[in-house]
Amino acid sequence: MQCQECNQRQATLHFTKIVNAEKTEMHLCEVCAKEKGDEFPGSNSYSIHDLLSGLLNVDPSTGSGAGYSQKVQNEYALQCPKCRMHYKDFINNSRFGCSYCYQAFSAKLDPILKRVHGGNHTHTGKIPKRQGGRLKLQREISSLKTKMQEHIDREEFEYAAEVRDKIRELQEAKEKEEGQ
Amino acid sequence: MSLEQFISNAISPWMKNPGPDDDIVMSTRIRLARNLEDFPFPSSTSQDAARALYKHVYERLSQTSKEMVGKLIWLPMDGLSTIEKTVLVEKHLTSPQFAKESKQGAVVLNNDETISMMVNEEDHLRIQCLSPGFQLSEGYKSADKLDDWIESHVTYAFDEKKGYLTSCPTNVGTGMRASVMMHLPALVTTQQLNRILPAVSQLGLVVRGIYGEGSEARGNLFQISNQMTLGKSEEDIIEELRGVVLQLIERERNTRRELLKHNQLQLADQVHRSYGILANSRIIESKEAGNHLSTLRLGIDLDLIRGIEGNILNELMVLIQPAFLQQFAEQELTADGRDERRATLIRERLKLENIQDGGGET
Repeated sequence: MQCQECNQRQATLHFTKIVNAEKTEMHLCEVCAKEKGDEFPGSNSYSIHDLLSGLLNVDPSTGSGAGYSQKVQNEYALQCPKCRMHYKDFINNSRFGCSYCYQAFSAKLDPILKRVHGGNHTHTGKIPKRQGGRLKLQREISSLKTKMQEHIDREEFEYAAEVRDKIRELQEAKEKEEGQ
Repeated sequence: MSLEQFISNAISPWMKNPGPDDDIVMSTRIRLARNLEDFPFPSSTSQDAARALYKHVYERLSQTSKEMVGKLIWLPMDGLSTIEKTVLVEKHLTSPQFAKESKQGAVVLNNDETISMMVNEEDHLRIQCLSPGFQLSEGYKSADKLDDWIESHVTYAFDEKKGYLTSCPTNVGTGMRASVMMHLPALVTTQQLNRILPAVSQLGLVVRGIYGEGSEARGNLFQISNQMTLGKSEEDIIEELRGVVLQLIERERNTRRELLKHNQLQLADQVHRSYGILANSRIIESKEAGNHLSTLRLGIDLDLIRGIEGNILNELMVLIQPAFLQQFAEQELTADGRDERRATLIRERLKLENIQDGGGET
């Protein structure tokens, strides 16, 4: 898709602005987006953070702008107990103050993360080696449970029993890990 | 200092080595964003807290690296001049933002500059592995090993559901950005890239100019990287990126072959004209230089011109940037002064080569 401003470059930024239930779509290249920077919330020099703030600044339940209802006001008053960052500050500059903010704002985060990560909100990648022994075992157990269920569904009870024994072993290892 | 010496000091050692598919892929980069538990994120922290984080990381990592990742050099940002910081940006070893406003930050490098780490950038640690050519899996292996070593000394901020916790929600999860720098002159000339890019972005990948976010493509160089970091494993992200890059490599090669088959004379003419301009200009802007270097490199790849080193595009694209030109000139330069120095540097560099007419790849 070509940039709707210059009609020359490739549009790499796609915005949907919703104001009073009226939806406007914009497709811009990065150069024109920079030039139009001041049209986006809180920005003179346009950056990915300004774009993100614009994305975050939408209440998913109503699809309307920020500061819209009492409910939204209350949610904006959320504060991280560790670094004291307010949810509204996170929305404004799209950066967390510390790792505890994830917990403090957790009720509001999934829809935001889904929007940024193509519908995903749960990590499935690497787990730190030293910290993550228990987590790794938990993941393996969950995947074996699915496998066991598949065997049961196909009435392959011998295979299911083998997997069940493996699950038991891992459960014991996990309990040992937790006890340490 | 002679030009040869200057170049040999200026270019990262890894850039001089050949890499797989390096007729199209210039370099591969893996970046991991990591934070430590119990320290506020750098973007919202005070100077004191940033200093405490730096001290904590330095104490744990500076003494033990040798056997794991080789000797690491620690460069605190407040000990570097503006030009030195800009050189690090131009070598892609730090971000422009970090060079401009780093507080209590440092860049950590290994000998051949394949490994670099920024401390106190947007995240506490930004680990980066660079390699020549197309080496996604190898690059990830190095980054993964380095990450494991670091994690054995410090405690990362990690959550079972959200993964590695980062300052910006766009990096949470794997914290990984895998990027491949591609030279795609034939796809640009034949205007195929315009049609391919929308499909690439639909696959969750981003295409940018060579200096990352917000930069325009110069010298037909494009950086392709993953957009999403949550919900996919590192291996999946790398596989998806690899698939797209392989297709782009194949298309670019096929298109080059077609161009050569049907337009060899015109192509040879363009290549030699570009060489003529580069070898004779007295003033040249970076955009013009980038475009002619791209054509010259295409000519080298297609054997239309001989006797010039293949990595001249990589090398000169680094050297003709403002901070390098000023280092070479050993003085601060205005924009006009830089255009003149750029032309001189390119002319001098090309004099080192023994150029001949090529026969064309058949």
